[in-house]
Amino acid sequence: MDFNLTEERQMLQDTLRRYLREQYGTERRNKILESETGFSPEIWTELAELGVLGALFTEDQGGFGGAGFDITVVFEELGRAGVVEPVLDSALLGGRLLAAAGKSDLVEQVIGGALHLAVAHGEPDSRYDLDHVNTTASDNTLTGRKAVVMNAEAADHLIVSAKDGDTITLYLVDKGATGLDIQGYPLLAGGRAAEVTLDNTPGDPLGLTLADFEAANRLALIAQCAEALGAMETATALTKDYLMTRKQFGRPIGTFQALAHRMSDLLIELEQARSAVINAAGYATDQDADLHLSASKNLIGRIGRLVAEEAIQMHGGIAMTREYELAHIAKRIVMADHRFGDTDYHLERFIALSAA
Amino acid sequence: MDLSYSPDEQAFQAEVRQFLADELPAEIAEKVRLDTDLTKDDMDRWHTILNNRGWLAQNWPKAFDGAEWSAVQRHIYDTEAADANAPRIVPFGLSMLGPVLQKFGSKEQQDHWLPRILDGRDWWCQGYSEPGAGSDLASLKTKAVRDGDHYIVNGQKTWTTLGQFANMIFCLVRTDPDAKQQEGISFLLIDMDTPGVEVRPIILLDGTHEVNEVWFTDVKVPVENLVGEENKGWTYAKYLLTHERTGLGGVGFSQAALKTVKRIAKAANHNGKPLIESPHFAARVAQVEIDLRAMATTNLRIISQAAAGEAPGLEASMLKVKGSIIRQEINDLARRAVGPYAMPFASEAVEGANDRIPDPLDAGPVAGQYFNNRKLSIFGGSNEIQRGIIAKVTMSGGA
Repeated sequence: MDFNLTEERQMLQDTLRRYLREQYGTERRNKILESETGFSPEIWTELAELGVLGALFTEDQGGFGGAGFDITVVFEELGRAGVVEPVLDSALLGGRLLAAAGKSDLVEQVIGGALHLAVAHGEPDSRYDLDHVNTTASDNTLTGRKAVVMNAEAADHLIVSAKDGDTITLYLVDKGATGLDIQGYPLLAGGRAAEVTLDNTPGDPLGLTLADFEAANRLALIAQCAEALGAMETATALTKDYLMTRKQFGRPIGTFQALAHRMSDLLIELEQARSAVINAAGYATDQDADLHLSASKNLIGRIGRLVAEEAIQMHGGIAMTREYELAHIAKRIVMADHRFGDTDYHLERFIALSAA
Repeated sequence: MDLSYSPDEQAFQAEVRQFLADELPAEIAEKVRLDTDLTKDDMDRWHTILNNRGWLAQNWPKAFDGAEWSAVQRHIYDTEAADANAPRIVPFGLSMLGPVLQKFGSKEQQDHWLPRILDGRDWWCQGYSEPGAGSDLASLKTKAVRDGDHYIVNGQKTWTTLGQFANMIFCLVRTDPDAKQQEGISFLLIDMDTPGVEVRPIILLDGTHEVNEVWFTDVKVPVENLVGEENKGWTYAKYLLTHERTGLGGVGFSQAALKTVKRIAKAANHNGKPLIESPHFAARVAQVEIDLRAMATTNLRIISQAAAGEAPGLEASMLKVKGSIIRQEINDLARRAVGPYAMPFASEAVEGANDRIPDPLDAGPVAGQYFNNRKLSIFGGSNEIQRGIIAKVTMSGGA
């Protein structure tokens, strides 16, 4: 048993934390939030140069990490700084799917920061169900609608799931493909997504099935939990500082027991969240991986809501303003519950898997 | 004990329902349903419609051209209006300043200002909170110094709701810097077109612009705009805050929001079935509905007490705390119900943003609303302050 990071991962954490502290402050990030692209190409390039994208891939895939704990180290730091660049969707989820398909030339470009991807899987009525796909494939042309596709506008290629007969398989679709329509919009917690429609759009079969998609999706879920954890750390740190500096009735509000106890509860729950992320990463390839992942995502969803709401409440009005760091962080935390299955989805799955 | 409305109250309910069906403009109701920001014109238009019917100043006495509704009538209107997606009546002139002027204002002030509230010539906003004086309102620092026939006002107010539309602001200002906190405060009416008044927007976390900072630099205010006596403003403010706190249970809003949640959850697919059939989601909805049903009756009990002439005190605090918790829980359910479609962002405040989310459930910006309504447990005296009041009154025998 060893809960310490390896030397390499510790270095990665230190480097990334320092870089984001210096380069990704509230002011710059808020500018990125309001930008047309919804993310900063400079930041993206620098993340690639720092090796952050490479850390998401195994050595076989051309990277230098790729395990659960490499992923959690990266995403905890991204979450701590409220990073909106599409590392999760473009690099991790998209990149790992291409790696699974053996597209090593494209993966190399992803790791280098030169290639953007989007994964178009969910559909307007699929909610969080992974096996609910109505988009059809016939002779490698795709027809259907995909919902809330992250990073679709910036993507050079889209990875699209479709049903050929009864089998769900994945296709690589070029951004300029015929019949491809992308209607983009900003997201509440930053970044951009789109509604994507395909009308007899040509796609290149990747030879990947739903099981391959589920494998990549597990990594994305772990990343999402870690990102939420990092954001929760920031939310609690900001709240602790605020309680010690904000004065009302002649003393710091943190000296009121009603608030002090609630702050203590947050710190207790934060440690629970940290353990849940460690569980997710540690059991990522276990036989019971899905049970562990559902447990973690459910816990992160519940505690995330508590942390976001309590942090805002204990701050008061200031946390309601867009300019204040916590506003963005709280949105990242709560919106994490809307990806890869929410609290209830994973509670139900946990029950089903426990019974099995 | 009888939980039903009297025949008169039932007739009144039918009258309100008919009025809303006939007079509420469909395009305004649609905006309210989708939580789209209303323009000043929208709000003025609805106020005018209500005023033409004599239903705008619902709590004012007939002597001041009010409707003089009973607490039960107001409750019936609130419930029906929320159900019909009518805009809320902007409370600053009508529910806050009006009662203060009627109780503490001079005859001249009443004759001048009250009709202007009714016909919409004045749009009032509230200048209470300051950056350093939120929950601890009495620590406010904005000062007014008497100079002949004027006060010279300097300072800053914040969280001024809809101040961007207002031409008038009622303010708490410090007129005696040496007095004990609550004793040196006065209640001033300030024309926002006066030189030295500056309004700066505050954009909230859901991208909406509903509150502002208001800055005062050497603003000259005529002494006739002092309400009541100098240094007695805290008394008037407390009176006003009691008015502000009634109705904060938001029962009508919660009922309307719960209907929306159920509608979304019936339409949303979850594992091949409507989401409302998911045992976990259904349990969440049922739980909050059970709480809401009890609170609706708590609300009516308090309204009955008020109708019997008892001032709402402790009960208003209780309603505010429980009401905000229930409403926020319903907002949470709405954002859960829409699933991944909670993520898109629609706001007119951000250039280039869609004003409609491409959401097949037609739910509106429910996640934005979830975040925006975190304010319910913060403003008007945070829930912590309300709990403090409840504890103080019940455990030491006086507020």
